[in-house]
Amino acid sequence: MSSREEIVAGLGQILEEVAGVKPADVSEEKSFTEDLDVDSLSMVEVVVAAEEKFGVKIPDDQVQNLKTVGDAVSYIASNA
Amino acid sequence: MTGSRVLSLGHYQPSRVVTNDDLAQIVDTNDAWIRDRVGIVERRIAAPDETVADMASAAAEKALAGSGLSAADIDLVAVATCSSVDRCPNVATRVAAFLGIEAPAAMDLNTACSGFSYALATADHAIRAGAARNAIVVGAEKLSDVTDWTDRSTCIIFGDGAGAAVVTATAEGEAPGIGPVVWGSAPDKKDTIRIEGWQPYIVQEGQAVFRWATTAIAPVALEACARAGVDPSEIAAFVAHQANARIIDGIAKRLQLSQAVIAKDIVESGNTSAASIPLALSKLVERREVPSGAPVLLMGFGGGLTYAGQVIRCP
Repeated sequence: MSSREEIVAGLGQILEEVAGVKPADVSEEKSFTEDLDVDSLSMVEVVVAAEEKFGVKIPDDQVQNLKTVGDAVSYIASNA
Repeated sequence: MTGSRVLSLGHYQPSRVVTNDDLAQIVDTNDAWIRDRVGIVERRIAAPDETVADMASAAAEKALAGSGLSAADIDLVAVATCSSVDRCPNVATRVAAFLGIEAPAAMDLNTACSGFSYALATADHAIRAGAARNAIVVGAEKLSDVTDWTDRSTCIIFGDGAGAAVVTATAEGEAPGIGPVVWGSAPDKKDTIRIEGWQPYIVQEGQAVFRWATTAIAPVALEACARAGVDPSEIAAFVAHQANARIIDGIAKRLQLSQAVIAKDIVESGNTSAASIPLALSKLVERREVPSGAPVLLMGFGGGLTYAGQVIRCP
């Protein structure tokens, strides 16, 4: 089980690889689309990479609920 | 057992070019957004009176002309399409009539965007079974007929066109030129791409389809290579369904194709569903980007959701 900080750091790595986001810009209150400029297709790639990294299933109908980095951290923390 | 090989290819695209800027006139979109999300710069759109059968016939005529065979030699016509408006007669008999092929087995086949790979496999199987000797296999679509031109999420994606291949039995002792097909479907995701009802429009759940295509298709392509006995590093060209440049890049990355030309006809043709693989392949061969005899990986995937892939020897 990873801490919230560890999950944020892991998501930061994924966001850098998938969408070229600077890890320093990634924090829980940031919106994927508004603040980090992650488009809908890159979001899918982030989700797929997060499933592998954290050993969690994130179904298609959940993806739209993950608006901020914090939303994703909470989902991963409670489902991993 | 006798196998089969692709003898020649041909393609046809309508003359009308529609650019991203043209689309920005009718829906709220722009060139940069379309290039970034799907990788399309322009697409061809058929004339109002130009049919799927017209485009299929034009592509088939070119493939037949390049084959060295005559119409009388063809005993199977298989057309992959999901956008032909008429139910009967089918497109295949119209193509046969246009080319003057007198009595071929003639069938249409609909597995949406994976259709060409399904039809190519079906022709290969018919030849292996002794049910045919020389086949014309076509992928042809007029998606503009089933496009909602007020929906900016779909109307930017699709185009019209056709591609065709002449497939013939290999000589005794000659290695097969069409490898074993790996095909299947994902019925649990059947509603993610729909062209339903009377006078329908294409509707799709883009994110769900993107996720499936970027995760489920690479393993199928690798299996197609394995079943053909070809290592991915030996593949000379990768011709995937031209769905979205980012999907093509995503699949190609997972395949680790170290020397393959990656077909990106989507840039100038858009997504033409069942027509996209033969269209892209025919253009690659016409531009001499793939040596004759080299292994080419074809990978169809799309509505259904369905998929089919195989390795062929480049004509």
